[in-house]
Amino acid sequence: MTELFVRLIRRPQGFVGIALLALIAMACLFGPALAPYAPEKIDFLGRFRAPGWQNWLGADQFGRDILSRLMVGARSTVPMALIATLAGSAAGAIIGVGSAYLGGRIDEAIMRTNDAVMAIPGLLMALLLVSTLGNGAGNAVIAVAIAFAPGMARVTRSVALNIRNQDYVKAAVARGESAAWIIFREMLPNAMAPIVIESTIRVSFAVMLFATLSFLGVGAQPPASEWGLMVADARQYMYQAPWGLIAPSAAIALTAVAFNLLGDGLRDALNPKDER
Amino acid sequence: MSLAWLVRRLMLMVYTVIVVSMLVFAITQILPADAAQSLLGENATPEMLAALRAKLGLDAPAWQQYLHWAGRIFSGDFGISMRTSQPVGPDMLTALSRSLLLTVSSILVTLLVAVPLGVVAALRQGKLTDTGVSLIAYLGVSLPEFVTATLLALLLADTLHWLPATGYVSLLEDFGDGIRHLALPVLTISVILIAHVVRMMRSETLDVLKSDYIRAARLKGLPERTVLFRHALRNALLPVVTIIALDVGYLLGGIIVIEEIFAIPGIGRALMVAITTRDLPSIQAGALIMAATYAVTNTLADMAYAFLDPRIRYD
Repeated sequence: MTELFVRLIRRPQGFVGIALLALIAMACLFGPALAPYAPEKIDFLGRFRAPGWQNWLGADQFGRDILSRLMVGARSTVPMALIATLAGSAAGAIIGVGSAYLGGRIDEAIMRTNDAVMAIPGLLMALLLVSTLGNGAGNAVIAVAIAFAPGMARVTRSVALNIRNQDYVKAAVARGESAAWIIFREMLPNAMAPIVIESTIRVSFAVMLFATLSFLGVGAQPPASEWGLMVADARQYMYQAPWGLIAPSAAIALTAVAFNLLGDGLRDALNPKDER
Repeated sequence: MSLAWLVRRLMLMVYTVIVVSMLVFAITQILPADAAQSLLGENATPEMLAALRAKLGLDAPAWQQYLHWAGRIFSGDFGISMRTSQPVGPDMLTALSRSLLLTVSSILVTLLVAVPLGVVAALRQGKLTDTGVSLIAYLGVSLPEFVTATLLALLLADTLHWLPATGYVSLLEDFGDGIRHLALPVLTISVILIAHVVRMMRSETLDVLKSDYIRAARLKGLPERTVLFRHALRNALLPVVTIIALDVGYLLGGIIVIEEIFAIPGIGRALMVAITTRDLPSIQAGALIMAATYAVTNTLADMAYAFLDPRIRYD
């Protein structure tokens, strides 16, 4: 584990990714304590104040400090994306490994159905689910998780298919171990590396998808300072106060880049032979 | 492309559409505890609820409801919109045609820009051009569509006043104005697609350039231009067909946001309106048409791939 971390941090992508993520984690943990203002503090004299010494990133249409809102809003954006990805990846991984374990026609049937489900674009699936479950951040997390599962299942299954043919799995089958034991104790741990890489990259999609749902008005609800919601709010005043738009956009992009970099770095660190 | 393969592939497409229809129906009509209640809101009287339940056939068991619904859709009847009281099918198909215009133009722009960029980046691997192209590609995939769209609108419409910010003009009515209105949405989608395709094109070209047949072609003394265009590019382009087909799925999701932002009356916007007004037949029709479009495109892409690469037989 430590060796992996050292290898990861020695690569430029890994280093930059981890540094950015440390910053984002700080904002999630200590954001409300460190923020210079309260995120809901209205200051009518400071409406649309340009970035400067009073408001480092400027102020919005109510004179609320954008930096403070971003720092507090990290909590309602990043952890949600993480939870959704974790849940979606876990479900997808179990389907994928299970399908590879069963093999043959059942595997074929499961994967064809899985591919069919993927014909519904992720955003559309999430929108349909949220419109049924009701608007709100919690339901958006469930929707994103379900939208992610089929993609994860496909990736995991292709890895698990090779593992299924390894001698240790055949040995476990010959010993008469139960299906659950083989799936969870023999196959899943050995498929872990690609699952982790894929999920890390997917967190960045989850951040974007989650922000998009809030932007469309079905995710986090006002007055939350969720980043996608902040972009949606600022759009009306984008000519007067472009900083209101650019700051949360940059926050979303930085988070997405950070998880992308970490995923790429992990891939390189876990497969040292593959030089590309 | 054998006949057996073709038949199998088409059956797969039909299966996909069936699964999607079941899912769409389950999510929109079976999953809500009481679809009638959620459609009419809290102020509905019991009589109104009962009337709507009877109209939607909500009293029947789920599988009967599905078969009834699917049978209607199969005969081309998508139902009546609850918002406009007009048939849903024709409206959705008109909307789809506008969306297809948007997506097809975006894919064309993407190919024209991304393929040369990817090849140039691969040829200059590790140099400044390569790093620059890779960085831009990274940024392209790290920005959600609504951010890219808003930032481009801020720059090109609000600040520079080069293009109209929103709206849609039919190309048949006024070609020039129609193109001007299409420019911003097409540009937004292209920026995102270009990011995907450039990364793919770059790594494919790098792989192909390392292959034995390229070495052989060079050793034969062929001019570098012939090696690049006749041998390398042809092979590097193949996977791009696949990535574009996969991107169509992403695109169909993306246009929901793009059309909403640029006020284009395509299928994405129609769906968004349907979802916010809880117009059940429109939601079902829109989602189904979108997913079916994806299934058909994917099948066509697979066929194109099998046709272009005679080694592929998929058996």
